[in-house]
Amino acid sequence: MISLRSRSKSVMLSIFIGAMIATGCSNSGGSESSSTGGAGGAKDSGKKLVVGFAQTGAESGWRTANTESIKSEAQKRGIDLKFVDAQGKPENQITAIKNFIAQGVDVIAFSPKVEDGFEPVLQEAKKAGIPVIMSDRRAKVSDDLYATFIGSDFVEEGRMAGKWLIEKTKGKCNIAELSGSPGSAPANDRKTGFAEAIKDQPGMKIVFSQTGNFERAKGKEVMEALLKSPVGKTVNVVYAHNDDMAIGAIQAIEEAGKKPGTDIFIVSIDGIKDAFKAMVDGKLNCSVECNPLLGPFIMDAAEKIKKGEKMDKRTVVKDGIFDQSVAAKELPNRKY
Amino acid sequence: MKKLPPWGWAVIVLLLVLLFNLVKTPGFFEFHVRDGRIYGSLIDILNRATPVLLLSLGMTLVIATGGVDLSVGAVMAMTGATAACLIAQPTNSPLSSINVHQSIPQIIVISLFVALLCGTFNGMLVSWLGLQPIVATLLLMVAGRGIAQLLSNGQIITFQFPAFQAIGNGGTLGLPNPMWIGVIVACLFGLLVRGTALGLFVSAVGSNPIAAKNSGINPGRVKMVAYVLTALCAGIAGIIGTADIQAADATNAGLNLELDAILAVSVGGTFSNSGRFSIFGSVVGAILMQTLTTTILTRGVSADATLIIKAIVVVTVCLLQSPEFRNLFSKLGSFVPKKSGGVA
Repeated sequence: MISLRSRSKSVMLSIFIGAMIATGCSNSGGSESSSTGGAGGAKDSGKKLVVGFAQTGAESGWRTANTESIKSEAQKRGIDLKFVDAQGKPENQITAIKNFIAQGVDVIAFSPKVEDGFEPVLQEAKKAGIPVIMSDRRAKVSDDLYATFIGSDFVEEGRMAGKWLIEKTKGKCNIAELSGSPGSAPANDRKTGFAEAIKDQPGMKIVFSQTGNFERAKGKEVMEALLKSPVGKTVNVVYAHNDDMAIGAIQAIEEAGKKPGTDIFIVSIDGIKDAFKAMVDGKLNCSVECNPLLGPFIMDAAEKIKKGEKMDKRTVVKDGIFDQSVAAKELPNRKY
Repeated sequence: MKKLPPWGWAVIVLLLVLLFNLVKTPGFFEFHVRDGRIYGSLIDILNRATPVLLLSLGMTLVIATGGVDLSVGAVMAMTGATAACLIAQPTNSPLSSINVHQSIPQIIVISLFVALLCGTFNGMLVSWLGLQPIVATLLLMVAGRGIAQLLSNGQIITFQFPAFQAIGNGGTLGLPNPMWIGVIVACLFGLLVRGTALGLFVSAVGSNPIAAKNSGINPGRVKMVAYVLTALCAGIAGIIGTADIQAADATNAGLNLELDAILAVSVGGTFSNSGRFSIFGSVVGAILMQTLTTTILTRGVSADATLIIKAIVVVTVCLLQSPEFRNLFSKLGSFVPKKSGGVA
């Protein structure tokens, strides 16, 4: 009994040490890089607009394109961009924003990794008189804490996918939905928008809905299991909340001996390059774009705010919709 | 009643889950043959169970020596990223200078070498520097995923290479390749622990390291072997995962699989520091975990309930394994005459 107790004590101790290491790593985890745009940037940095951007991480091709767009736009306009990659950890983003406040940047911009937990640090920014721009994702904070939220309308993306499907299937189909990470804004909103678009279509039913976590591997595994279930045999449309899950599902459908894009229609969201390749191959039917090239919008907003112009709380970035008819022409233009 | 082997409860629960499916899930036991391959939910289970199965084989030895390896998921991500980068040759990856000219043996050897390095690193921290295993492997769990992202430059690396893809989604003699790999590695492990003295050494080190040392066993070396084998298994799992989806996703590959592997090992009746371990039990444990997942997916249970169901099953098996818990129950049921006196 005694040995058991001392053992559990040592386990507790090691968990504690482990937690310290983990938090230590995450604090030092954020890597900061400052890019001063143009030559001789250091000389007149006093006049230059300084923007601090706390990115969520570099988890996908979409995110990388987003980062590139922000960096290149800052360089083009000669804005001093302080860029921090939070490596997928909200706490790193909070640390980064605190650092921006301490450095006294002109404008803070960030893509909240999660919806909750940013209220206190944005209060600090407000006290310091630094305006905040949210891009791509929105945090749940009161309206007075940020200047504007720039990004796609996820609900509208879901609606567009739904409308396209109504037209193509003449309002008759059994849909399997592969949803994104539970609780994330894009997953919730894309579900809501899609459901809203098809609610007046009695012939369109969502017969199956399961999360694929926005991942290829998970999308494939879920689809594989679904195709073997009795419900799965009736499914003739897959609606995936992002392209990666759709690509996983395509692989599962092919391995089950069916033709993706013909036997089973596939609609997804994001418009990444691989989705366009799949459309050219006839395996994906439609992808709603979610534009990651937010750099120009963010820098526009930052300059306007600095000049004291009034901003709308919401800056909606218009998204396009692409199907197989335009995929081949559009593929070479895809940057991400 | 004869005393159940440590993995007995896992087998019983697995059979119960299968029985549930036999009654409640139509088509679960159906098989189809197409293009010379057998298809069916049961085949899916064995196929999808392979990554966790591989991880839990190595994990069994590590846990039996009184340790734990939290880094296996990250090692999967690293080997997967290595393999994908060697194939796809992305321009800005640190690996782009190595050109293996699409030679599959070279890709596998280099990827497994990465895994070997990881295992050696873990082993050194635990056996030579004497760090707590949970802390030592936590280092690589956190850092490893970062290294994987560095290797792949933060991108999902995709490739088209049918010969390599076959490792993950091809088939041999009608059954999926990952399943064969799982069977072969499991048999090798069985031979290794029962056919050589390694099994005995692991038990000795796990139950009493000091006694083991005094009787001439080098506990450090035994632990080193356990961590290296675990990392190699994780490496194989990483290659299979990457080949299956023709992509390396450094952020998500193998994420949280270390926990599934630890659960599979505990469900299979291997206990830390007891010196008792069962490779067969871990195999059953891994298959049980995947059977649950596939059942949940096939029946379309909502995502929120998935983890709860898994947790309930794992807790049930672990409670059944505990003699104290079973004693409690036999006391409660002492009014009813029982045939089985010797549950403890």
